Amino acid sequence: MEPILLRARGTPNSRSIVTYHEAGGYESLRKVLGLQAETVIEEVKKSGLRGRGGAGFPTGVKWGFVPRDLPKPKYLICNADESEPGTFKDREIIRVDPHMLLEGIIISSYAIGAHVAYIYIRGEFYSEAVILETAIAEAREHGYLDPNVLNSGFAMDIHIHRGAGAYICGEETALIESIEGKRGQPRLKPPFPAVVGVFGCPTVVNNVETLASVPHIIERGGEWYASIGTERSTGPKLFSVSGHVKKPGVYEVPLGTTFREIIYEICGGIRGDKQLKAFIPGGSSCPILPADKVDIGSDFESVAEAGSMLGSGGLIVMDETVDMVWALENLLAFYAHESCGQCTPCREGADWALDVVRRIRRGYGRPEDVDTLLRIARFASQGMTICPLGDAFCEPIRSFLAQFRHEFEAAIESARPLPPKKQPVLPVRPGHGDFGL
Amino acid sequence: MGQQLTAPITVTPPEQLREVRFDDVMETSINEILVRYPTAQAALLPLLWLCQEKWGWISPGVTAAVAERLGLSPAFVEGVTSFYTMFLRRPPGRYVLQVCTTLSCQLCGAGGLVDHLKAKLGIEFGETSADGRFTLIDVQCLGACGEAPILQINNDYYTDLDVERLDELLDGLK
Repeated sequence: MEPILLRARGTPNSRSIVTYHEAGGYESLRKVLGLQAETVIEEVKKSGLRGRGGAGFPTGVKWGFVPRDLPKPKYLICNADESEPGTFKDREIIRVDPHMLLEGIIISSYAIGAHVAYIYIRGEFYSEAVILETAIAEAREHGYLDPNVLNSGFAMDIHIHRGAGAYICGEETALIESIEGKRGQPRLKPPFPAVVGVFGCPTVVNNVETLASVPHIIERGGEWYASIGTERSTGPKLFSVSGHVKKPGVYEVPLGTTFREIIYEICGGIRGDKQLKAFIPGGSSCPILPADKVDIGSDFESVAEAGSMLGSGGLIVMDETVDMVWALENLLAFYAHESCGQCTPCREGADWALDVVRRIRRGYGRPEDVDTLLRIARFASQGMTICPLGDAFCEPIRSFLAQFRHEFEAAIESARPLPPKKQPVLPVRPGHGDFGL
Repeated sequence: MGQQLTAPITVTPPEQLREVRFDDVMETSINEILVRYPTAQAALLPLLWLCQEKWGWISPGVTAAVAERLGLSPAFVEGVTSFYTMFLRRPPGRYVLQVCTTLSCQLCGAGGLVDHLKAKLGIEFGETSADGRFTLIDVQCLGACGEAPILQINNDYYTDLDVERLDELLDGLK
């Protein structure tokens, strides 16, 4: 497939507006400014574009939820929080082609009637925030961000809002709270952000990759976009491949490309020519799949049918040497640390699950531990918490136990009796001390 | 990789941060931030970043000044500051080393880097070396897993690290 989102990768000075102009940049914006907003939304609906941040919700439909006649300002937020472990595609877009993102944001704002957009970028991405600041300054100079964009009468501006180290702020309502200057604790839905979002106004939150796709859809048409990929999962998709592959990195493929092709052909196979043991297809909160599922397609439907989720396309590959008890402990440590603390099942459940898995890994597992884990996974997921972080740590528990239960049981069977000194009941969190949480 | 070496943080000692005033330069920046949002409260995170860039960390005195400037209570500002792990509420070393310990980095050998860092610097996670040079923090996924393992030093990412490159890197940071 010809590169679309990554077409500028490898071009010298790909970040500058001059290079972007040479590639036909900002032509889609010119085209859109003469159209009705509804026409733009229709074109995006026709493309079948689905949100690239993890949920896979149709973008055009999401835009359609914004009440156009409400006499309140509307806001567009670009979610560049990119914090799902194993995902690093948005960083690539920003580093390679920031103007493509800005053009997507301006067009999308025009479509929903927003005049201000915020890019919420995770605090760690400092140099990426600087890249965006530079690009925004260039776009202002050229009149793309202006009280009167290219003399069309449309007013538009974009501001960068830096996060400060909180995974949960990738969840759209937590992100909104964070922009408002609060702790990043998710809100109950409904009301949905499309009606009551940031500052109490209608708000659309879209992922970087989603917005970066928009100029291409406008340029070449929704039908062209829909011709790539599968029938229900259209378009190209960026996969962030990490772990035990020879050539990790960000790759663009049509949705539906098999994981075998991504892992063995595009990424050169498993490091050290070892055997593949398992892979997580869409970022760490998606259920893990065993090696024999490697022939499934990478579209939303095929991955769901295989029992996992496409998520954000953060493909984590593990070879035969990986101890699954250790891997689950690592993931649970992440979620225990990143739970915002608002809902008891998630705050307590993630810590307790981590405690149980850690004791299994250290050789002090108890016969009832597998059942305990499954019970925690039941009571902290599927609607028991305000946001999906509960599911995000319960799905790994369930899937690791479904696929690799024998490893957990073997570790428990060979467990030593508890040492005379009592083990701490709650896990001791290493790390931040007084520096943070 | 030809990356420029990270500049040290200027860390203001606690006794100079008991009471804080914003000078004219900062006031200009604060006003530039405020016009981006319809509410003053929304300027809280950007203002905290501004303060941390200037003084190196967020002392109780800084918290109080920020609260007063935005019309919020110090307790509220403290609540927000403590929620976000990147706001430092104790004076750090000149170089804050944040090593990623999440799955993809661990699969690529982050564990070895952690052991090496702890042994070399003689500190645990959350501690600062006696000479005030380094603070070591373990972080969750830094979002650059394709170049694992990763160490963030102040604002910069250092990727594809091994023990030799790490040693070379740290020796260059004074």
